[in-house]
Amino acid sequence: MDVAPTEEQRLLRESVDRFIDSDYTFDKRREWAASDGGFSADNWATFAELGWLALPIPEDHGGLGGSLSDTVILSRAFGRGLVVEPYLSTVIVGAGLVAAAGSEAQRNDILPKVAEGDMKLAFAHSERQSRYDLFDVATEARADGDGFVLTGQKAVVFNADTADRLIVGARVSGGRRDRAGIGLFLVDPRADGVTLRAYPTQDGGRAAEVALNGVSVGSDAVLGSAEDGLAAIELVVDHALIALSAEAAGAMEALNRQTGEFLGTRKQFGVPIGTFQVLQHTAVDMFMEQELTTSLMERAAASVSGAPAVRAKAAAAAKFHAGRAGKFVGQRAVQLHGGMGMTDELPVGHYFKRLAMIDVTYGTADHHLKRLATMD
Amino acid sequence: MEFQLSADDAAFRDEVRDFVRENLAPELKRKVEMGQEPDKEEIVRWHKTLLEKGWAAPNWPKEFGGPGWSPMQKHIFDGELAAGSAPQPMPFGLSMIGPLIIKFGSDEQKKRYLPRIVNGKDWWCQGYSEPGAGSDLASLQTKAVRDGDHYVVNGTKTWTTLAQYANMMFCLVRTSNEGKRQQGISFLLVDMAVHGVTVRPIQTMDGGREINEVFLDSVRVPVENRIGEENKGWTYAKVLLGFERTGIAAIGRSKKLLLKVREIAASEPMGEGTLNDDPDFRLKIAEVEVDLLALESVVLRVLAAEAAGREIGPEASLLKIKGTEIQQSISELLFEAIGNYAHPYVPEALETGWNEDPIGPDYAASLAPQYFNWRKRSIYGGTNEIQKNIIAKRVLGL
Repeated sequence: MDVAPTEEQRLLRESVDRFIDSDYTFDKRREWAASDGGFSADNWATFAELGWLALPIPEDHGGLGGSLSDTVILSRAFGRGLVVEPYLSTVIVGAGLVAAAGSEAQRNDILPKVAEGDMKLAFAHSERQSRYDLFDVATEARADGDGFVLTGQKAVVFNADTADRLIVGARVSGGRRDRAGIGLFLVDPRADGVTLRAYPTQDGGRAAEVALNGVSVGSDAVLGSAEDGLAAIELVVDHALIALSAEAAGAMEALNRQTGEFLGTRKQFGVPIGTFQVLQHTAVDMFMEQELTTSLMERAAASVSGAPAVRAKAAAAAKFHAGRAGKFVGQRAVQLHGGMGMTDELPVGHYFKRLAMIDVTYGTADHHLKRLATMD
Repeated sequence: MEFQLSADDAAFRDEVRDFVRENLAPELKRKVEMGQEPDKEEIVRWHKTLLEKGWAAPNWPKEFGGPGWSPMQKHIFDGELAAGSAPQPMPFGLSMIGPLIIKFGSDEQKKRYLPRIVNGKDWWCQGYSEPGAGSDLASLQTKAVRDGDHYVVNGTKTWTTLAQYANMMFCLVRTSNEGKRQQGISFLLVDMAVHGVTVRPIQTMDGGREINEVFLDSVRVPVENRIGEENKGWTYAKVLLGFERTGIAAIGRSKKLLLKVREIAASEPMGEGTLNDDPDFRLKIAEVEVDLLALESVVLRVLAAEAAGREIGPEASLLKIKGTEIQQSISELLFEAIGNYAHPYVPEALETGWNEDPIGPDYAASLAPQYFNWRKRSIYGGTNEIQKNIIAKRVLGL
């Protein structure tokens, strides 16, 4: 395994780190998160300009054809900056589904627009009962002439309220928990029968409950074949798990730096509290968790082009580790900051919350550990 | 595993249980169950309900308005209030400053303040921590300078819980810079309505507004509002911390919350059944249940020793550390139990009068904020690190 970054990766990292450090301040981020839609359209345009939206999109569809190892460089920096722009929803998951499952015509239509920053996507898949099982789909897609009629309720759809298109997972055939028979459908959120109830999320993002009440779509709305969407879903969610692990690694990096600075400057009993051995050891444990998560995540990113079973294992391992480590580092960072760590004013609590929410996105540490225990 | 209660204690338990069931307003009960914060008026109203029954100050001796219960009865009472989803009692008056005044206050102070606490007229808050004095409380800088029969107090207190409701604050102030730092501290009772007291809320990361900074700008406090002797405040403060030793373990509240974890697990869909069918999640619940059972066993031993007239010392720190760890574990279980519905941030849903449909299950809205907010428990009242120092030094002699 080659772990040294390429020259392009090094430049990408410099560019995104510069953006996070100089433009993405905590105060501005707070304003963007509180604005309508929950992020900055200017930032989105910048992402497009810098080629970040095009990065993982195939070259023959207006993208740069980057690998997941490239993309996680961005994700890690986004975690460090608590970035609220819908990169995961639109680029990694949304464009990822179109690239993996879409027809040539769909790819030609959608992917260049995503790369240019002209189209945003949201993946409407989870349901109240599905918890983290990707194959558990009750929303129904009933064949109707050439097209389909969609009916069901989608839970906690990230960035649905700013998306130009929803990608809806719905059951074309089979029982609620069958692996076969799940289709992916492009749905205009303004179409008749679609109702959004949008809200902010705990970590400064946006999501919505999406109700589909007899929504008619044409045959051109079906991504690929209507019966076997699950393979593409699992592929793309594995990418998302690794990207989320990268965000967690970045968030831990930021927390460990802030905590280190605090331990070095906060004085009690006449000395910086960082001179107390028990706190030093905690800081060391936090640092080790960050390093382990980062390395495992990079290794997982490099292995996604392998067989699905290899990929799934790598992604589950990375996300499990990121979830467990993120909980430890987040909780300890708050603890070491004392009362200050509990405030809304300091970034610490916001990183803690982001790490907590990453753990419950696409499956907790427990969920992935259980999956790992049953894999060969 | 339940302790065999004596016939009298069992009858007492039933009496309390019936009383709570019959007298707690259903809206307030529902609020507590849903993890919403009761407002001041609701807490005071419940306090007055208990007052009419003679149960407003369960930990106090009879002569000052307490019911004169045994330690076991107090424990049963706490447990039944929690089990019946009654709000937490007004804490700083009943459990902290009241008992301190009983122990060290002048006759004048007893006459003036104790009835007002029992009657629910005064809401007290605590002015200990300062921006520069947290774990190292003895480094506090708020100054009280004598001017005739008053002290003139200047400084800033922080992390003051529910100061926005309080009309009285007990606080530690520096009256001398000579000798050891602990020896120059005095204990004052401050009327929050006097000139120079300003309360500023501090928003916590979960969106809550229960903690505050309190600025004291040339606040004139009568010398008669000092507890005990000048420069002996540290001694009183240490005694006060011990009053909460069994209460802080919050056994009853944790038991009730573990039931809530089970209820939620039974209604959270998972696979073909519910989360309650997941052996791994049940394993995690069972582990916390055992931890809680063990801690309760320690509490009961402490209560028995108290009943026999023995003072419990620094090992009480164990109750704080383990009690808060258990509370935090339960808050994590609740957070994880609701799956995707941990994400929506809907603070309005926790306020009185919100009547829209919930987003996801109705019990979900408070659980992520509660998990975040309860990280404070291993920080406040002396961080768990400081508690471990106390045990290392004073129990283990290291």
